[in-house]
Amino acid sequence: MADVSFTVDGKKLTAPAGTLLIDACRAHGIEIPAFCYYPGLSLQAACRMCVVRQEKVPKLQTACTTPVAEGLVFTTESPEIAQARKATIELLLGNHPLDCPVCDAGGECELQDMTFRYGAHESKYVEIKQHREEQQWSPVVFFDRPRCILCYRCVRMCGEGMDVWALGIQNRGAGAVIAPNKQDHLECEECGQCIDVCPVGALTSGTYRYKTRPWEMNHVSTVCAHCGDGCKTTLGLKRADDGMEIVRGDNRDKSGINGDFLCIKGRYAFDYSNREDRLTKPLVRQANGELAPVSWEEALEFAGKKLREIRDAKGGRAIGVIGSNRTTNEEAYLLQKFARSVLGTNNIDHHRTADYATFAAALKGNADREASLRDFAAAPAILLLGGDPTEEHPGLAWQLRSDVRLNQARLYVVNHELIKLRRQAKAFLEISQDGYADLVSFLSGNGGALSSNEKAASFREDLLKEESVLIVFGPEYRGKDIEALVKFGMGFPKAKFAILGDYANSRGAADMGLFPDLLPGYVPVTAAGTFAEEYGEALPAAPGLDLVEMFDAAGAGDLAALYVVGSNPVSRYGVDASALKNVFLVVQDMFLTETAKLADVVFPAANLYEKAGTVTNTFGDIQLVKKAADRAGVRSDFELIVRLADRMGADVKKLVPFGRGGVRADFGQTRGAQSGEADRHQVWLTAHHIELKASPFDPFAIFDEVQRLVPAYDIPRMDLLTGNDQHIKTELVQIENTGSRRDLVLPSKDTLFTSGTLGKYSAMLHSVMESHTRKTAETAAD
Amino acid sequence: MPSLVSHPDEVKILSRRFGQGAADIEKYLEMDGYKAVQAAIEKGPDWIIAEMKASGLRGRGGAGFPTGMKWSFVPKQSAKPKYVLVNGDESEPGTCKDHLIFLHDPHAVIEGTMIAGLAIGSKLGFIYLRGEYRYLLKIVEKAVADAYAKGFLGKNIFGTGVDFDIVTQTGAGAYEVGEESALMESLEGKRGVPRIKPPFPAVVGLYGGPTVINNAETIATAPHILLMGGEAYAKVGSERNGGTRLFGISGHVERPGVYELPMGYNLKRAIYEVGGGIRGGKKLKAVVPGGSSTPVLLPEEIDIGLDFDQLGKAGSMLGSGGIVVLDETVSIVEFALRTISFYQHESCGWCIPCREGTDWLKKSIGRIYAGGGMEKDIDNIRYLAENMMGRTFCPLGDAAAMPTLGFVKKFRQEFEDYVNGKARSETPLLQISGAH
Ligand SMILES: Cc1cc2nc3c(=O)[nH]c(=O)nc-3n(C[C@H](O)[C@H](O)[C@H](O)COP(=O)(O)O)c2cc1C
Ligand code: SF4
Ligand code: SF4
Ligand code: SF4
Ligand code: SF4
Ligand code: FES
Repeated sequence: MADVSFTVDGKKLTAPAGTLLIDACRAHGIEIPAFCYYPGLSLQAACRMCVVRQEKVPKLQTACTTPVAEGLVFTTESPEIAQARKATIELLLGNHPLDCPVCDAGGECELQDMTFRYGAHESKYVEIKQHREEQQWSPVVFFDRPRCILCYRCVRMCGEGMDVWALGIQNRGAGAVIAPNKQDHLECEECGQCIDVCPVGALTSGTYRYKTRPWEMNHVSTVCAHCGDGCKTTLGLKRADDGMEIVRGDNRDKSGINGDFLCIKGRYAFDYSNREDRLTKPLVRQANGELAPVSWEEALEFAGKKLREIRDAKGGRAIGVIGSNRTTNEEAYLLQKFARSVLGTNNIDHHRTADYATFAAALKGNADREASLRDFAAAPAILLLGGDPTEEHPGLAWQLRSDVRLNQARLYVVNHELIKLRRQAKAFLEISQDGYADLVSFLSGNGGALSSNEKAASFREDLLKEESVLIVFGPEYRGKDIEALVKFGMGFPKAKFAILGDYANSRGAADMGLFPDLLPGYVPVTAAGTFAEEYGEALPAAPGLDLVEMFDAAGAGDLAALYVVGSNPVSRYGVDASALKNVFLVVQDMFLTETAKLADVVFPAANLYEKAGTVTNTFGDIQLVKKAADRAGVRSDFELIVRLADRMGADVKKLVPFGRGGVRADFGQTRGAQSGEADRHQVWLTAHHIELKASPFDPFAIFDEVQRLVPAYDIPRMDLLTGNDQHIKTELVQIENTGSRRDLVLPSKDTLFTSGTLGKYSAMLHSVMESHTRKTAETAAD
Repeated sequence: MPSLVSHPDEVKILSRRFGQGAADIEKYLEMDGYKAVQAAIEKGPDWIIAEMKASGLRGRGGAGFPTGMKWSFVPKQSAKPKYVLVNGDESEPGTCKDHLIFLHDPHAVIEGTMIAGLAIGSKLGFIYLRGEYRYLLKIVEKAVADAYAKGFLGKNIFGTGVDFDIVTQTGAGAYEVGEESALMESLEGKRGVPRIKPPFPAVVGLYGGPTVINNAETIATAPHILLMGGEAYAKVGSERNGGTRLFGISGHVERPGVYELPMGYNLKRAIYEVGGGIRGGKKLKAVVPGGSSTPVLLPEEIDIGLDFDQLGKAGSMLGSGGIVVLDETVSIVEFALRTISFYQHESCGWCIPCREGTDWLKKSIGRIYAGGGMEKDIDNIRYLAENMMGRTFCPLGDAAAMPTLGFVKKFRQEFEDYVNGKARSETPLLQISGAH
């Protein structure tokens, strides 16, 4: 819309016609108080805090419902307006418990702020305040009625934003109260969005309530460790006896690709990090067959020596490496470099959750054809094939719902299940579980079984009318089916694609070459080129064993050692323990997982919240993770790999090109704060072209190499360091001919309340699942 | 059920069929029934609206908006269906006029609805009765069924090729759904809270379609206007206040009841002549002229014409035409408490100033009444009411604050007497409706 100019407090401003005054003012740095207004949710005009004076209008007007128009003149602060706001606050405080000293929101409360600003300090009434007991509605959500100011943000967030509609309003007048959908409890997605938007402390969370004061926390902005969407989160950290404990997660500043959205996992399922039973000491299997804690020196020496012996005696072929979906790009890259250049093996793989390799190949040479998560915020049309984002990619589901709701985007959904997102769909097509390939063939005009299906025909007809479509697909598509789908999609005048993989750095694991046949950037090992020069002659020329082959080889006695970093293949693939009986197994993990239990050496590893580096979400958006939490005793996987390489006698400076030329490696103590951390100093240094990679544990030393050797990752570093997500350039990959690759994709099928092995260690996720099964059972028994 | 009353000063236009058995369609037809709507079909929307404008009819729901003008605001072209909505939620204390219309002359409402529909190009009307009028629903439903049976409603009415349908509905017992947009929410099956305006109902109303919503009396007047001609109707009333209106005179008068008087009729005469004067020869203390939300008048202020403009000038309102007469025995503090208790109970709770304001007003006045008041409470009541005025989401907040302000301003001494222990409550607090 055309811009109009209008006057606010004597200043001439401009904004597109029809912009709400409150937004127009905010855009110009004029803050109008608002309790009920929340951007992106329906208007309420209920709190009356945003009242302003509009020239020639008799009554005060609400800025949250007044659109700006040419020539209008407004006053947003005056004694009259301040009095109106003060009176409103006095009314709210009349029944408010004023338990600010213990309230979770104290210090971050909009009611406190407004009281401070407008000075409603006088008690006007002597009546006893209405008290109601606090209620627990779910493991996540607690409600303290007396603190509620009835702004209805929670109700709208849950309904309009989440499409859950679990909150409502009961009674009327002064008795009005927010109520959960099941009388006295909630059955919902437990996202905590309602708590997040609550301007006061009426809604509080099971994880954070009464834990701390906001000003007692450190706040570190990083990326969620769970699904493949890569939501940005700000963790609230509190000092604990043995490090820094995470007490809160949110994205209030809306700084990332997810706006203010986080699902239950991002918001609450960090509790695994604080668990008592985390490994904090290296374990080595003793003569009696038991794992027992030993010193770092002993464990590293033992593992390093043993791996070297095996390599030297049997060659790299006898060693396997399994990487992680949740370590950083730098760690994944380092791991494969270590495997290839130190262990001398291409036997490296990871739990693949999507066929990124084929996807990359299919998009090769097509600049800008991969969709960023940001693209979903304003796409005019989206085609969703397979997957169930509501459960598996809550961040994406949020974007899709928002796009449909706020931009009237047209969503086309095809699935073999009645997934929830069909409620937002312009058209929904149900197909059979094995019908995804046929579907593409049908959409491409090649007929098939669907041609006699009228619904399918009209679906196709509507879809083909679109000009610009984002095509996003689940793990149902792999190999040749992806190629066919991309080919079909290229038929649209404008199309972008996205592939759905499961975990925080599943994409990075693939991009960084955790494959037996592919190097970082999907460069085939058979055409290693620069990598051969860089990694030296140890790099084997033939593809190695994939994950399944490794376990087969182990069972057949052909694998002598296995190095597992942040992965639990024994549980995931149901590996028989006996297969690993004669394998020297080294595991890095947070917990004594099913895999770690079988190990000869276990190293206690830091998790994604405890380290710095980068991760890439499933859409190819790369983001910085920062060290937030800390736990005495654990080491980042990065550091562990470097130390192991050192113990094996490798040239560490070749592995991690740190420091300036000629600076000798000084490893210092194994205890200490040497793990490099990208922070504002780093930003400053980079800006001044001073790249100080002071230690071999600095992930940025390896990130330099990644950027140099993997062209897709050659994104502007400054933007990354300042916390912005950057979209990688998939079109630059080198892979060809993916048709012959073995399909090893194993979708995790996580739900909202599970998150692979990691999820098993979240008490919050457990209690939510338990409460849901219990409640469902109770309802069924009714 | 109130029995019908009569007075020679009455001008019976709207009420002429009351007590004549006109709920029966045959009787209604005998008494010029369904003639106006047939004329309306024949002469078309422009004629209807011109007559309505000429009549000077102003909405009888309370705000007094010119009806002809309201109808003319509805866009001619609309992608969505247009609707006519009859507001029969009549809940303002002191008001019981629509009740008589539904009881004695339901076909006038039906015919008026059809006329409004013809005027704006709508094919569907809704008659919404307050929940407590469920017993009137039977009468209205029978009237609607009879009209269908005669071919006056449905497809091809009166054989003219025009279609029109009517649906009846009752509320669930909330004063607030008398507010037009809250009524639409309620009718759509949602919580009875008002909507943000603009857009106004004439543009975006029921189910998002352009909607005319009128008070039942306004609607029932339309056929009479078309029958007698707009100008003739206008002449009956006062300047810019056409016609007659059903005034409910209640309280301490000898002959309470609903009387049809010309607009502009003198209030004092209405009380002393039409209403028969103060009961038992007592002294008049105060008059609430137009339903409980209108500010109180002192005896010296009642020599005034009953129309929207004259009462407005006197600092009160004509409102719903419910005149409540209070004699010298009334405790104004108690009356103020009853009034605010009503609004506190009926506040929908949507917006802060009304939800919390009515609650604190009630508590403060209640405490004064119960003998626990402090001097500062009186000022605080004023402060509260003044800070509610004009700041709430819908006019209910004003409706609660306005009369309260009137009581405190005009009868401050009485409040002080309670605070100082010179006056004492006679009715126990718990017996005051809603005041607990
Ligand atoms: C709180 C509140 C209650 C109302 N109750 C009624 C009512 O019971 N009946 C009615 O006709 N109008 C009522 N109104 C007025 C309606 O909003 C609306 O103005 C009226 O129905 C319009 O009809 P009219 O133009 O014929 O007066 C109420 C308004 C408010 C703010
Ligand atoms: S936690 Fe999420 S789904 Fe549950 S009530 Fe709150 S907003 Fe709704
Ligand atoms: S619980 Fe919080 S968000 Fe919900 S209405 Fe109350 S104050 Fe607003
Ligand atoms: S949607 Fe995914 S990335 Fe976002 S908070 Fe949830 S689990 Fe984390
Ligand atoms: S003024 Fe506010 S709380 Fe009162 S009835 Fe209207 S919308 Fe509801
Ligand atoms: S922010 Fe405008 S009324 Fe609440």
